[in-house]
Amino acid sequence: MFKRSVSRGLFTSFLLSIFLTVFMGAQASALEGPGITGKISDPSGKPLSGVSITLANDENSVTGVTDQNGQFEIAAPTAGKYLVTIDVSSLPEGISIADPGPQREIVFIQGPKGLIFKTQVGTSADQIIEKRDSKVPQLIVDGLLFGLTIALGAMGLNLIFGTTGLTNFSHGELLTFGAFTAWTLNYLVGLNMLLAVPLSLMMSAFLWGWVQNRYLWKPLRRRGTGLMGMMIVSIGLALTLRYTALATFGGSPRNYNQYAAQPGLNIFGVAVTPKAIILAVIEIVVLAIVLYWLKNSKIGKATRAVRDNPDLASATGIDVERVISYVWTLGAFLAALAGITIGINQDVSWRMGQILLLIMFASVTLGGLGTIYGALIGSLTIGVLIQVSTLVIPTELKTVSALFVMILMLLFRPQGILGKRERVG
Amino acid sequence: MDIVFVLEQALTQSIGIQAIIYCLAAAGLNIQFGYTGLLNFGQVAFMIVGGYSIAATVLSFGGSFWTALVVGIISSLILSLILGLPTLRLRADYLAIVTIATSEILRLVVRSVALREWFGGVNGLNGKFAAQFYALNPYQSGIGIGPINFSQNDSWVVTIGWILVAIVILITFLLTRSPWGRILKGIREDEEAIRSLGKSVYWYKMQALMLGGVMGTLAGFIFAIASQSVQPDSYVPDVTFFAYTILLLGGAARVFGPVVGSIIFWFLLVFIGQTLDQTISAGYIPFLTSTQVGPIRFIFVGIGLMCLIIFRPQGIFGDRKELALGGR
Repeated sequence: MFKRSVSRGLFTSFLLSIFLTVFMGAQASALEGPGITGKISDPSGKPLSGVSITLANDENSVTGVTDQNGQFEIAAPTAGKYLVTIDVSSLPEGISIADPGPQREIVFIQGPKGLIFKTQVGTSADQIIEKRDSKVPQLIVDGLLFGLTIALGAMGLNLIFGTTGLTNFSHGELLTFGAFTAWTLNYLVGLNMLLAVPLSLMMSAFLWGWVQNRYLWKPLRRRGTGLMGMMIVSIGLALTLRYTALATFGGSPRNYNQYAAQPGLNIFGVAVTPKAIILAVIEIVVLAIVLYWLKNSKIGKATRAVRDNPDLASATGIDVERVISYVWTLGAFLAALAGITIGINQDVSWRMGQILLLIMFASVTLGGLGTIYGALIGSLTIGVLIQVSTLVIPTELKTVSALFVMILMLLFRPQGILGKRERVG
Repeated sequence: MDIVFVLEQALTQSIGIQAIIYCLAAAGLNIQFGYTGLLNFGQVAFMIVGGYSIAATVLSFGGSFWTALVVGIISSLILSLILGLPTLRLRADYLAIVTIATSEILRLVVRSVALREWFGGVNGLNGKFAAQFYALNPYQSGIGIGPINFSQNDSWVVTIGWILVAIVILITFLLTRSPWGRILKGIREDEEAIRSLGKSVYWYKMQALMLGGVMGTLAGFIFAIASQSVQPDSYVPDVTFFAYTILLLGGAARVFGPVVGSIIFWFLLVFIGQTLDQTISAGYIPFLTSTQVGPIRFIFVGIGLMCLIIFRPQGIFGDRKELALGGR
């Protein structure tokens, strides 16, 4: 406790205002396309040479080094989202990058952009303590918001698994296509998002839910294709859809032309954008309706019956195929809503579904594969875990923590938090 | 359109380095999925282990190329243990989920900035780490048989590659006809029956996972050696699924399935790609550009994989009875 307060004191007294500024590229820069340009100096204003800065995303990575005047210029190969990283090991002894650390995400749409980092005198140990105190509430809120979105996808994944036994590896692409449908309506057709979102939700539910089940999975079930075979079919479908998205919409991330950049509100020290709050409210309402529907409506009760025992349900007069059809439509609707939410809060890219699918798998495994509340609990836990884990591991590895927890869970409690023992064997 | 050039390219690639890499990876899946019924969706993890073992041992730790090979094999055995331990007692889909997740964990870890010193971050490791391998190259110049031509270095890689494939196929042939192989098939058909014979199903599954994993690691070796570089983003999960497509195309649980599958797969992939490329640049397909050719080829792979399972799950030469698709 004592040591901690001392280092806090040192930290604040040495923390100086903005010293490392990455300016807007318009000022006397040779850079025309997307990229960053600027100057790095230490807290006393002396330029720092030889500091290495990396601009990287899934496809590209470019590194620049500051010259003797501390100046640098990095052109990005394509527009899109990048992670800007200052290599802290190339900074002189005793200088570090102030909160929120040497990594920052940046989206280039057209032309160069500016970013502000702060340098400080002090070691990174001070930084971690400062960071831990101020960031925990922020990370938990970020995690819950992300977890809510994942819950939408995981709920569909679990309902489909519960009623048909299929582990759907193409579920991630339902998110991608939901988001791209909204992007097409909003960006290409020019519809207002308030119209584009409900329209694309309905289109996704119909096309990727009802139609997909009716013309792909129903015939396969009728043929008696085994679950392992169906799993591989879902892989084939995922590949087809993923590369269709890449061929149609290109490799760089897309943004909607509304609500893309929104200043954050500061609520009790936690920064949240208004759009994230509104989306979270919508998600909570949708989840509540779905849970209520599953619990109380006739078809919802039938869904739970089919999930417990399809043969018995069928014998008591429940139309199993009709239930499955509802479940697919609902699953696709929820997935599209999740995809659009991520598209609005971050961006839309052809690969988003693949990454999110693994996070959804981690969530349902944690909560219990096939259980309804498990999807919700698992997703919120995983969401918070992913964000909070950045306190101890680098941001770029935050997904790894979720996958790692999933593996540990399988080792010690494979049925998940809410799962039943007999579902595992 | 230059059909001769297209055919030349397709033929060369069908027995080229890519075909060898995927053939080895698919041979591993053949042991795991074809014979034992284990749904390993993370074969690319073993390729990462193979590739990065060589590159990192030589470039980052200053070891020799031969030490690196041993490091690679040992690491892949350890990876099998880690994968198998939590999942082999569970239902098939758990193994599938854990293996695909592990392959992504490994890819994200080797591409991370934190470990850049050893694994090179997003740029991967590039350098002459296979110099000791190429020093043994007996070819004075490239070899060419009719329309098929390889450069001097590629000729050496292709020669060693196909020798490796032959060894792997021979091992598969001998093992699957041994009592050990019959137990694997028994596990695929009915686990309980094998358990009632007093065999440790768990341990046999683990052995199959290890053997198939080592074959995947060999694929990773060839991949790294051929280009003398490893880049994290060439090890995406899709690599595993292409290997599955190859296995199912040639016929799962068939000794020559991976070889036949790989040759046909790469012939078709290159043929379709080159044909599209040429027709697009000649202006016959106005609504497409040549950058879309890459993804379009993979759309065909996805459709092909679906169609194979739906219409001909035994592949071209397979036996429908020898297929574990009915499993849980």
